[in-house]
Amino acid sequence: MPTVGIKRDLLFKALGRTYTDEEFDELCFEFGLELDEITSEKEIVSREQGDTKASDASDVILYKIDVPANRYDLLCLEGLVRGLQVFKNKLEAPRYRRISPVNGDPQKLIITKETAAVRPFAVAAVLRNITFTQERYDSFIELQEKLHQNICRKRSLVAIGTHDLDTISGPFTYTAKPPGDISFKPLNQTKEYTATELMSLYKTDSHLRHYLHIIEDKPVYPIIYDSNGIVLSMPPIINGNHSKITLQTKNVFIECTATDLTKAKIVLDMMVTMFSEYCSQPFTESTEKIAQLLTRMCLLSRATGVGDEIEVEIPPTRSDVIHACDIMEDAAIAYGFNNITRTTPRAYTVANQFPLNKLTELLRQDLAAAGFTEALNFALCSEEDIADKLGKKISETRAAHISNPKTAEFQVARTTLLPGLLKTIAANRKMPLPLKLFEVSDVVLKDETKDVGARNSRRFCAVYYNKSPGFEVIHGLLDRTMQLLEVKSARGEGYHIQAADDSTFFPGRCAEIIVCGKTVGRLGVLHPDVINRFELTMPCSAMEIDIEPFL
Amino acid sequence: MADSGVVETLLQRIEKADDGVDSLNVAASLGMDHQVIVGAVKSLQALGDIISADLRSSKHWELTVEGSEIAEQGSHEARVFSSIPLEGLAQSELMKLSFGKIGFSKAMSNKWIRVDKTQEGGPRIFRAVENIEDQVREKLLQVQKGNFSQLDEKEKNELKKRKLLSEVTVKSYWITKGSSFSTTITKQETELTPEMIATGSWKEKKFKPYNFEAMGVAPDCGHLHPLMKVRTQFRQIFLEMGFTEMPTNNFIESSFWNFDSLFQPQQHPARDQHDTFFLSDPALAHEFPQDYLERVKKVHSEGGFGSQGYKYDWKIEEAQKNILRTHTTAVSARMLYKLAQQEKFTPVKYFSIDRVFRNETLDATHLAEFHQIEGVVADYGLTLGDLMGILHQFFTKLGITKLRFKPAYNPYTEPSMEVFSYHEGLKKWVEVGNSGVFRPEMLLPMGLPEDVSVIAWGLSLERPTMIKYGINNIRELVGHKVNLQMVYDGPICRLDS
Repeated sequence: MPTVGIKRDLLFKALGRTYTDEEFDELCFEFGLELDEITSEKEIVSREQGDTKASDASDVILYKIDVPANRYDLLCLEGLVRGLQVFKNKLEAPRYRRISPVNGDPQKLIITKETAAVRPFAVAAVLRNITFTQERYDSFIELQEKLHQNICRKRSLVAIGTHDLDTISGPFTYTAKPPGDISFKPLNQTKEYTATELMSLYKTDSHLRHYLHIIEDKPVYPIIYDSNGIVLSMPPIINGNHSKITLQTKNVFIECTATDLTKAKIVLDMMVTMFSEYCSQPFTESTEKIAQLLTRMCLLSRATGVGDEIEVEIPPTRSDVIHACDIMEDAAIAYGFNNITRTTPRAYTVANQFPLNKLTELLRQDLAAAGFTEALNFALCSEEDIADKLGKKISETRAAHISNPKTAEFQVARTTLLPGLLKTIAANRKMPLPLKLFEVSDVVLKDETKDVGARNSRRFCAVYYNKSPGFEVIHGLLDRTMQLLEVKSARGEGYHIQAADDSTFFPGRCAEIIVCGKTVGRLGVLHPDVINRFELTMPCSAMEIDIEPFL
Repeated sequence: MADSGVVETLLQRIEKADDGVDSLNVAASLGMDHQVIVGAVKSLQALGDIISADLRSSKHWELTVEGSEIAEQGSHEARVFSSIPLEGLAQSELMKLSFGKIGFSKAMSNKWIRVDKTQEGGPRIFRAVENIEDQVREKLLQVQKGNFSQLDEKEKNELKKRKLLSEVTVKSYWITKGSSFSTTITKQETELTPEMIATGSWKEKKFKPYNFEAMGVAPDCGHLHPLMKVRTQFRQIFLEMGFTEMPTNNFIESSFWNFDSLFQPQQHPARDQHDTFFLSDPALAHEFPQDYLERVKKVHSEGGFGSQGYKYDWKIEEAQKNILRTHTTAVSARMLYKLAQQEKFTPVKYFSIDRVFRNETLDATHLAEFHQIEGVVADYGLTLGDLMGILHQFFTKLGITKLRFKPAYNPYTEPSMEVFSYHEGLKKWVEVGNSGVFRPEMLLPMGLPEDVSVIAWGLSLERPTMIKYGINNIRELVGHKVNLQMVYDGPICRLDS
């Protein structure tokens, strides 16, 4: 959810009244915003860099407002004020209209086929007779930045360039050239660089270096020229210095280059509609209950008179409206969610438990009653946990591997519950002995018969940690578990255990658990190497079984 | 129990005395250590009101080791005097005696002796008087006999200064007869035995009283994990409300079911490497319901079902990518698709509580995996009012009655509402869950009838558990760093109290 920082006094001035913090919070809540924090530049700098750095910072009060991720039209002061004013019926929903220049043809942006190799789309518009002030200018730059960070996906999908139209002349050409053939004076630099030089220049730029990768390894770079060969910009990296906008700029040429045409159009619409209110012809101009409600949400509406039909005009600011249900939501917001009468669905349904979970719930109760304490461990762990530390090879484990773990703790999904329980003991060595722990939970195993190539397996694992190994304690717990599951101690139709070799266990101290002729798990005394690798010091016995066969 | 002989002797002494006895005196007259008598007093006290004993402390004077030596052999100065023969003694000889140095200066100041420095062979000491009276020794002997009152305070303090006397505090009991005094005591039984029950002898026995202030013996038992106890309660609430549990035992999910089927566009930030765990093995999912997949592709890329769609190039390669599910709504999508394949639609209420995974930055309240609680209702003509009504019923069962709803954004629900409850402790509205109506772009491609709506809500299991059990760091609750003492000490879970 993007957060927009807005100066409180400017906001109140634009809204035409002041609010207490509580009143404004309430207004935000109703409209679907959240007043996240009330702070100041000074407070932010002081928190992040210490008091000394903060002494020069401004102490004008800032409202940090959380804006829903789909409402790009609320990312700047202008849009936010417009939305709130229309919502409070203080302003009519603006109607946006395209106009042609008084004399001459509209500007043209010609897209050449070379761009297909790197950034195939571009759209452009002109804001005429705009008047900037310092605040408006700052807001204009800020909105570009917010759009870049959100809908533009850090300029990878769309990049915005804004230019002083009076310093350049159309028609404009959007093309792509090898980096060595591009040379211009970039924004806020004093000399010309080739594109290749620019890429190395910006390698160390704390801001721009994050965008270099978008075109870096491409054979050609996107570039926009005017009719005199002046470079407007090299999207998505940097604009030219020549067409830089200033507070004195009257006519703004806005171009959006993109890899996603729909998004480019949304972004351009957003830039134009938000700032057209400062043009000499603002926005170039702008029934029944639901229609009125919708109008409060900047959706101009009228009842058509044909049945219950309502005609709604979607302004270019509301790119989030793609279905009638989006309009319905706005009607509900305007009506006030909290004013809707609460009802109860009438459907008669019978509840059923998922059989595996029902078995798990019942079993857990009785395992605790048997004196064991329940642990709850992560489903993700390191390769080491499920392989090396247990004396196994990772290739033998059938483990599902994660491609983008941030740390080793999330390399694989666990294939056994044992490591988690041993780590729980290691973290609780100060507790009195014996420690008797269990967990009934899912592990994940690769399984080619499933659509995703893996499946969960519900396991029951228990460990006994004391001065003596206590094999008989774990064996006793197995006997009790079988009693609970109504499996008799017998070969063939019942359960029995028989000696097995397993590198996790001490030689000669491990057995397989066989139920109705099938192995469901193992129990035994852990190998001293395993105990050491989990940073434990006492003997330990353990069992782990698959409980799905008992369904 | 103290030696019964001592106890009986003590009782006899108490009987003879009219107004009571002092334990110190008893010890002295019996020639016993005082502690033995104190032991007897304590064991008699434990038997009830046989005696009453008041602890008192008294001060008295005792000779120090040096004081005892003087009482026996005389003061240093007296000993100096008596060691000097009539013909005198060389000063150097005198100083060799153990008491020489101190005794010399005291005897000099008492003017008992004199020094003649003119003698051959160095200074020589002579008696200066014929007889002396060793008052120090006399006084110490009085103290030794216990006649403290013979000495005045000044004298006592002077002797104390010379480290010959010391003042000690002695604790003793003043013992008198109790309300049930008797010189014979019956032995008190500690516990009722099977024999006493069989023979009826318990009727004649006296039983030692219990100490009800002491704690009992902790039972030897196992414990359920607090988070799982809360999970059980949430399951119970859903079952009470007629919701059927969904099979959520599939942590690995395809992007198709986790995102695409929910109408979440392929460039959505949630599908980033930063937010979601992708799998390298098994990397891709296969076998999708082909005609459904085509409808999903169309609604994303071109629109349809009344929607303009997102208008982008939808790729099967993106949908095939396996991930660790980021929400259990992936399972809800599978269940709703299955429901749509039924010959005739029937209303359903589903729930699940299971793990979900986010490749997020970890902190005191966020882990890479947590439990999501989810409720879903599908029926003809469900409304926002129904969603709010059912949420109200659900949260009432959790003991939360003050709810309000905030418009929110969620890619697969429209409208979307964040649920806030008024927290009486924090005195503010806190977010307790998310809810919404599933978008037609999600439901219609599945094949659900057009007039069927699906409402849903979700919340995390960890957050209410942390609030319930007052846990601030999530690592103490979930994972191997759990504090087992907290698990051992945890109360039962009643969410509505």
